[in-house]
Amino acid sequence: MARSLIHAPATARKGEVVEIRTLIAHPMETGYRAGADGRTLPRDIIRRFACRYNGEVVFSADLYPAISANPYLAFSVVADASGTLTFTWEGDNGFAQTESATITVS
Amino acid sequence: MSRGARPDRTRRRLLAGAVAVGCGVVWRPALALSEVLSGTLRGYTGGAPTREGKVNFDIAPLVENGNTVPITVTVDSPMTAADHVQAIAVFNEKNPQREVIACKLTPRMGRASVSTRIRLATTQQLVAVARLSDGSHWTQTVDVVVTLAACIE
Amino acid sequence: MKARGAAVAWLLACAAALAQTTPANTRRSGFETMSPRIQAMQRDDQQNPGMLWVADGEVLWNKIFGISFSCASCHGDARKSMRGVAAHYPDWDPIEKKPLDLTQRINLCRTRHQQVLPLPPESEEMLGLEAYVAYQSRGMPLTPSPARELDAPRERGRRLYEQRIGQLNLSCSLCHDKLPGHVLAGATIPQGHVNGYPTYRLEWQGMGSLQRRIRNCLSGVRAEPPPFNSDEMIELELYLAQRSAGMALETPSVRP
Repeated sequence: MARSLIHAPATARKGEVVEIRTLIAHPMETGYRAGADGRTLPRDIIRRFACRYNGEVVFSADLYPAISANPYLAFSVVADASGTLTFTWEGDNGFAQTESATITVS
Repeated sequence: MSRGARPDRTRRRLLAGAVAVGCGVVWRPALALSEVLSGTLRGYTGGAPTREGKVNFDIAPLVENGNTVPITVTVDSPMTAADHVQAIAVFNEKNPQREVIACKLTPRMGRASVSTRIRLATTQQLVAVARLSDGSHWTQTVDVVVTLAACIE
Repeated sequence: MKARGAAVAWLLACAAALAQTTPANTRRSGFETMSPRIQAMQRDDQQNPGMLWVADGEVLWNKIFGISFSCASCHGDARKSMRGVAAHYPDWDPIEKKPLDLTQRINLCRTRHQQVLPLPPESEEMLGLEAYVAYQSRGMPLTPSPARELDAPRERGRRLYEQRIGQLNLSCSLCHDKLPGHVLAGATIPQGHVNGYPTYRLEWQGMGSLQRRIRNCLSGVRAEPPPFNSDEMIELELYLAQRSAGMALETPSVRP
C-alpha cells in the first residue's frame, strides 16, 4: 500500500465546485533510465487514475512516464449529492490502490 | 489519447500523409508548432483541425529542474451537459515519448482544469489539446527552457 | 565592455562583502531563491510531496516494532514531545561521548530502548521518521545545542567547510559564502542553509537527508564523499547548523 494523501472537503453546499488534490508515493520509473549496472531499468509507472463520485467516473487520466514521481493530480468536482468519492490508481506490476473520502452535501 | 494501437511505423506513414493534406487547415498560432508536435496532434485528433484558444497551459517558461515541473491546463468552458470539455491531453516534443497525460473530463467536474507535475528531458515545446463536446479541438503551445541541477549524485 | 567592467567590479565588491561567513542579517533561505511555483509546492501542505514522508513517519511513530514498543510508548504525542527537538540537532550524546545528528539519535533510541535494529541511512523509514520529528519543529528557529563538548567538533566542521577539496579544488565557502545568487551550470547557487532537512529535492524526485545533499555537492567538485555518518559528516552538519542558527525550520522543504 503506497502512502497517499487526498484532500477533498468533508462538507460542501449543493452545486459547489470543490477542489480535489491527490498525491501518491510512487517512483514512476520511466523505463528509459539506466541502472548502476548500465542496463535499462524496466518501466514501473502508474498508468491510470480515476475518480468516482457515488460510483460514476467523474474524472480519469492515463498517465505516461513523463509524469513525475509521486504523482500529483488536482481537479474539481461539483458537489451534487452526499456520498463517497473513490480514487483508484492502477499501474505496472499489478499496482492497484483505492482510497475513498466521504462528502456531505447540504 | 491515441485512437487504437497502431504500430509506430504505420502510424508515422499515416501521420505524414495527414500532415501533407491537413497542413493548410490548421491556423498557425503566434508560436509555430514544431513538425513533431503537429504530427502528434494530428494523430490525436484523427486529422481533425485544431485551433489555438480557450486552452490556458500554465507552465513556467524557465524551470529549475526538469524532473518535477508543475503544470495546470484550464479550458474556458461552462462544463454543462450541452457544452463541456471531453478530454485534455498534453504532448511534448523531445522526451523519449510524446505523451505526457491524457485526461477524460465530464460535466460533473464543474471546471475544466487539471494540475499535475511532469518531467521534461530538455528545453522543448509542449502542446495541450482539449476536445470539446461539439467535436472541436483547441490547443495552446508553450516553449519551456529546462535547466539542470549543478550538483547531482 | 563597460557593462562587463561594471559587472566584474560588482562581483569583486560582493566577494569582499561576503569575505567571511554570511552575516546573519543577509541570510536567505533556499526557499527565497526558488520560483513562485516551487515555493507554492512547499508552502501548501496539500501539494508538498514531502508530506507523504511525514505521513509515513506518523505511522512509524505509532508502530510497535517487534516485541518492543513504539516511539509513542515513551514520547507520547509527537506534536508536544518533539516540538523543538530537531531545532537543536546535531547534539552531544553523553553516553556515546560524541556528537550525533537526528537520524543517529533515532537509531540510538531504537537500539538502546526499543531493542530493534537500526534503520539504514536514507531508508524510506528513516526519512519518514526524521521528517515527522523535524516537522514538529517547523517554523521554530534553528537553535544549536550549547553543549561545550560540541565546540571542538564544530570547529573541525568549520575547517572542513572552508577547505578546498576535490578535483575542482573548491571549498563550500567559495560557492555558498562568496557567490550565492550567481549561476552555476544553469542553477542558482544558494547560500546553502540547512533549515529544511530532510528535503524533497526535485532532482531526486524523493526525500533525502542533509548528508545526501552534502554528498551531492562533494560529487559535484569531484571529491570523494565521506561515508554516511562518518565523523566528518557529523562535524560538517554541526557547523552548518551553527551557520544557519536562528533561521526558521521549513521541514519538509522542497528544493530544486
